[in-house]
Amino acid sequence: MSTAANTTAKPRLKTSAMIASIAAEGQRTRPAPFGHALVELAKQRPEIVGMTADLGKYTDLHIFAQAYPDRFYQMGMAEQLLMGAASGMAHEGMMPFVTTYAVFASRRAYDFVHQTIAEENRNVKIACALPGLTSGYGPSHQAAEDLALMRAMPNMVVIDPCDAHEIEQVVPAMAAHQGPVYMRLLRGNVPLVLDEYDYTFELGKAKLLRDGADVLVISSGIMTMRALEVAQRLEADKVGVAVLHVPTIKPLDTETILREAGRTGRMVVVAENHTVIGGLGEAVAGTLLRGGVAPVFRQIGLPDEFLKAGALPTLHDLYGISTDAMAASIKGWL
Amino acid sequence: MLETPSVDTALDTTPLGHNVPLAERAYRIRRNALLMGEVQGQGYIGQALDIADVLAVSYFHAMKYRPEDPHWEERDRFLLSNGHYAIALYAALIEAGIVPAEELETYGSDDSRLPMSGMASYTPGMEMSGGSLGLGLSIAVGIGLGLKRKSSASRVYTLFSDGELDEGSVWEAIMSAAHYKLDNLIAIVDVNNQQADGPSTQVMAFEPLVDKLEAFGWFVQRIYGNDMDAVVAAFDAAKSHPEAKPRMIVCDTKMGKGVPFLEAREKNHFIRVDAHEWQLALDALDAGRTA
Repeated sequence: MSTAANTTAKPRLKTSAMIASIAAEGQRTRPAPFGHALVELAKQRPEIVGMTADLGKYTDLHIFAQAYPDRFYQMGMAEQLLMGAASGMAHEGMMPFVTTYAVFASRRAYDFVHQTIAEENRNVKIACALPGLTSGYGPSHQAAEDLALMRAMPNMVVIDPCDAHEIEQVVPAMAAHQGPVYMRLLRGNVPLVLDEYDYTFELGKAKLLRDGADVLVISSGIMTMRALEVAQRLEADKVGVAVLHVPTIKPLDTETILREAGRTGRMVVVAENHTVIGGLGEAVAGTLLRGGVAPVFRQIGLPDEFLKAGALPTLHDLYGISTDAMAASIKGWL
Repeated sequence: MLETPSVDTALDTTPLGHNVPLAERAYRIRRNALLMGEVQGQGYIGQALDIADVLAVSYFHAMKYRPEDPHWEERDRFLLSNGHYAIALYAALIEAGIVPAEELETYGSDDSRLPMSGMASYTPGMEMSGGSLGLGLSIAVGIGLGLKRKSSASRVYTLFSDGELDEGSVWEAIMSAAHYKLDNLIAIVDVNNQQADGPSTQVMAFEPLVDKLEAFGWFVQRIYGNDMDAVVAAFDAAKSHPEAKPRMIVCDTKMGKGVPFLEAREKNHFIRVDAHEWQLALDALDAGRTA
């Protein structure tokens, strides 16, 4: 063993690992909420089958595969086949829950999702890990455009849940909806936040999690978690931040968005873990413009560029979607 | 175990005999296709003519279905992967009584149930939306798995074209169908050696196709797809084959089959047929019928 020659401790190198935890240190989490919720649901719904393209273990579908090995289909590393076969299963009355990474479902298999699933309105549920910037592995695995692609597709319902509490409710809601659904999946040890907000997921509904007089943050996915933290911090500075959580990107709850954004005197900030092109920000902007509501409007989101590889906290700071960066941006805009 | 088609048996067929009644069905499918082509003045007529014999055997010998109930649970599923062959399938669906004959004249028109590219939401008996190529075999794998989950005795048939062999998804599906031992899947590939940019074998070499498919774990037969007796025999063998393997029938066909002056056209992926030629084509088809 080496002697204590180096007295100054080297800082631990940060990782650009493909799968980095999105939970902060010490944050409450729940393991594999999607996998466990699906197992629960499958008890009541014998038509549910699980299908994946060599990513069962990395999408929490292995929990389902262990519980229901005869209802699990490994399709190999072949996302086009995965989507086509899921369409065929749905054609025969099954309800496939399909998992892969968001980049592969949205980019690689887009035509198959579009033509074999959405165009035929097949009852296929697509749950995709590593949404937005939740991998430091570089553009191959960073799904900065998945919401833009999926919301552009007719018939597709698009959901971006915030935490484990929400995912557990989204899974049965996906099954209750007849037709294709795309869900951004948080996997592994998933933060638990919304259980403290008397929150219930409803498909197509935005929910005001907290009110505030100065800023309205409209957010989805992990950005809602951050927005709640920002709101707590700015409360100390006597800045009132309201947080409107919009887990269903499509269909968008335009009524609630117009009502909350129409309250005068509040700056509207849309925060999303997605490129600022074609995601929640532009969806909300279009809603406001069409609705004749014109608040001061700001966007927090990923830039229109190929993102760097690196450690997630570093990248979230760099691209302005960490809690610190978000708080600084909002303060600067006030 | 061979099912008999639960359709009008006025033109009954005898397996493995000299299939005159099936030839008559094929003639009428070709005629329907030419009449539809005339409505629009264009269409994938060469393909419709080349695949008519396979469609005649599919709908009047091999498959079970109920014309009055296209969603009958126990039907065999027929997936048209090459959506641009829709004119051929409509011609067969009309002949089978699934689509009313009077809709023939609406082909490709506004509000028609018979759009120029085949789509499931439009047409009774159309099980998938094609158009984008290389989709059908993947869907067929899912249907094959789904039928097995339901312990259904139904089969899934899939027609695709040699050009679709360029698509990687077709090979993904070929691999998975063997992996899952889908003995309820019968795929038919139409090898007419014509795709958009020229002869399929020159656009992207795919031979030796039988060797490749056998190496992938399929039960494979290669026939001349315009020899009615051979087509019947291949479908029978595909249905009765004892091994737990998916089945492929490689059909070499002749573009424009049945209309000699169209067979002779050099560029016949999308045949240009002048207005006066439709009647000539029908006449030529009739001449062949009585020959």
